[in-house]
Amino acid sequence: MSDIRIITGNEAAALAVKLAEPGVIAAYPITPQTKLAEVLSEYVESGELKAEYIRVESEHSSLTVCMSASTVGARVFTATSSNGLLYMHEQLHWAAGSRLPVVMCCVNRGVGAPWSIFNDQQDSFSQRDTGWIQIYCRDNQEILDTIIQAYRIAEEVYIPVMVCYDGFILSHTMMPVEVPDAGTVKEFLPPYKPHTFLSPNDPKTINPVFFATRRENSEGILCDGYMEMRYKLQAAFEKSGDIIKNASSQWAEMTGRDHGGLIWKYMTEDAELILTGMGSIATEATLAADALRNEGIRAGVVGIRAYRPFPKKEVVQAFRKATAIAVFEKCISYGYEGGVCSDLKAAFYGTAIKAPVHDYIVGLGGRDVKTEEIVDAARTTLESIRAGKTDNKITWLNCYTGAQAEDNGWGVIRGDPQP
Amino acid sequence: MACHLCGITKQQIERCKGSWAISRMTFFLGGIMVMHEIIWHGRGGQGVVLAAQILAEAAYIQGFPGVTSAPTFGPERRGAPLTASTRISDTTVRTFSQIASADIAVILDESLFKIANGKGKIKESGLVIVNTTLTPQQIEPEGNFTVATVDATGIAGEYRLSMSGSPVVNTLLLGALSMASGLVSLENIEKGLKKKMPRNKAFSNFQAIQAVFERTLYVKNKE
Repeated sequence: MSDIRIITGNEAAALAVKLAEPGVIAAYPITPQTKLAEVLSEYVESGELKAEYIRVESEHSSLTVCMSASTVGARVFTATSSNGLLYMHEQLHWAAGSRLPVVMCCVNRGVGAPWSIFNDQQDSFSQRDTGWIQIYCRDNQEILDTIIQAYRIAEEVYIPVMVCYDGFILSHTMMPVEVPDAGTVKEFLPPYKPHTFLSPNDPKTINPVFFATRRENSEGILCDGYMEMRYKLQAAFEKSGDIIKNASSQWAEMTGRDHGGLIWKYMTEDAELILTGMGSIATEATLAADALRNEGIRAGVVGIRAYRPFPKKEVVQAFRKATAIAVFEKCISYGYEGGVCSDLKAAFYGTAIKAPVHDYIVGLGGRDVKTEEIVDAARTTLESIRAGKTDNKITWLNCYTGAQAEDNGWGVIRGDPQP
Repeated sequence: MACHLCGITKQQIERCKGSWAISRMTFFLGGIMVMHEIIWHGRGGQGVVLAAQILAEAAYIQGFPGVTSAPTFGPERRGAPLTASTRISDTTVRTFSQIASADIAVILDESLFKIANGKGKIKESGLVIVNTTLTPQQIEPEGNFTVATVDATGIAGEYRLSMSGSPVVNTLLLGALSMASGLVSLENIEKGLKKKMPRNKAFSNFQAIQAVFERTLYVKNKE
């Protein structure tokens, strides 16, 4: 009989980590990740999870502990949010450059200033180029399943994996989650066998200063230069897409739960209007698509699951029939536009996809995004494109300042935007 | 056979037959989804979050595959007004936005009645459940709601249910919700309790919940 529990995203994540049996955990508590760090410490304290839980004074140290433990061959786990992730920034690069299969949860939260403890995705988005795989989850079941898959992926391709899920919206909301049995997880994820690890029995130097050019070491072996090492990370990313897809489909075979590999699709087959986004906002968008279909608009949703590696081939395939595209994202590259929007347009360049892409910046700092608001925005996109407007527009949804602001009764501000 | 208006199936109707719930199901965005949105109003320390969770457990056992429960997002203080929510649906819940207008409002502390039933916070002909010594006739809601009342605080006293010196009313109002809405049976509420608290505590709570169920009064569509 299946074990279905009604649990929060943080509890689902903790269960997944327990099932993956890491040897070392180091996490520094930060809202909204706190419960995850707490539950894991309870598992270790009670003996349910036989791991070292190392207490640290900061996030920089928690990732450093994980990297060190991974270097000596342990499976490791850490988790953080927001400014905690930003504090790890230096070590994020280091973990990826060292090709350590660290798995981390980023419980997405807006970054200060101004202070917010609430959800958006600016934290993980701003760490996009550190060389980590990033996977965004749409519900609590996907969080649990993705963490288990993340270890398989990381340990196969030697790239650290960040499993991202929306703070509060998923981390603190309870919903039914099927918990796989330990046997299934063991079969899918055997104990970690590191390719290279540091040991007193086999002393070596890892990550010395690399030179710009290839050169022989003291033993006369021609070694890669810095650039070759960095190229190898990119080359590993290029094959990581297939590894993510395989992990996803094998998990689906074993458990019956398929979350999609790099992307997932909802009623896109005949869709003229495609809504897209990452994480829980994309789940909400599926309801918007239902509502639009009730109005006679052929709408569908593409959820971006893997943001890095970016699923270029898959999005070109999924969006090829769309005449209008609306992106809903909880992050922005200041001075330009949302990241998913930029990446989609870059993926479409040189293909037959000519549909304008409208970018909606939504839900920053926890601002509630209602299905009806997504419906209105997507409909506006379709109508303006039907009217022949082909520009790529950026809109901050429900964000109005000054005299034109007006309360719509939901506690959010609506009205005509400032010029 | 499905309803020509909303696509609701016969089995779905059967499940809620004879109850208040069937008279005002949520026809969510005109789709086939039947979703009930319940909001719990209380003060920090009264246990609205736990009540919302137990209801989700009970509804899942009742056969609703889609349930979610969420606290007010953010820091909480003892004594401050706060809410928690439960969504109960015939299909997987795909909305995580906050409930704007609830089908059912459960009010643990009657001093919050004015806030809780304010304009637009409860759907037209929704259900309001209040912990009070007043009868439904004595309550004047802000809209066309079904009003249910019960003296849960008094019953908690009779059954000697207290925590940190305050009467336990959160779980007790599940009895009133079961009675007035028919959404979830008492039997399944008992099962839900057992998932969330130790057996002896679940037992003593359930004794009082049954008394609350018996003594809940309601008046339909009170203006």
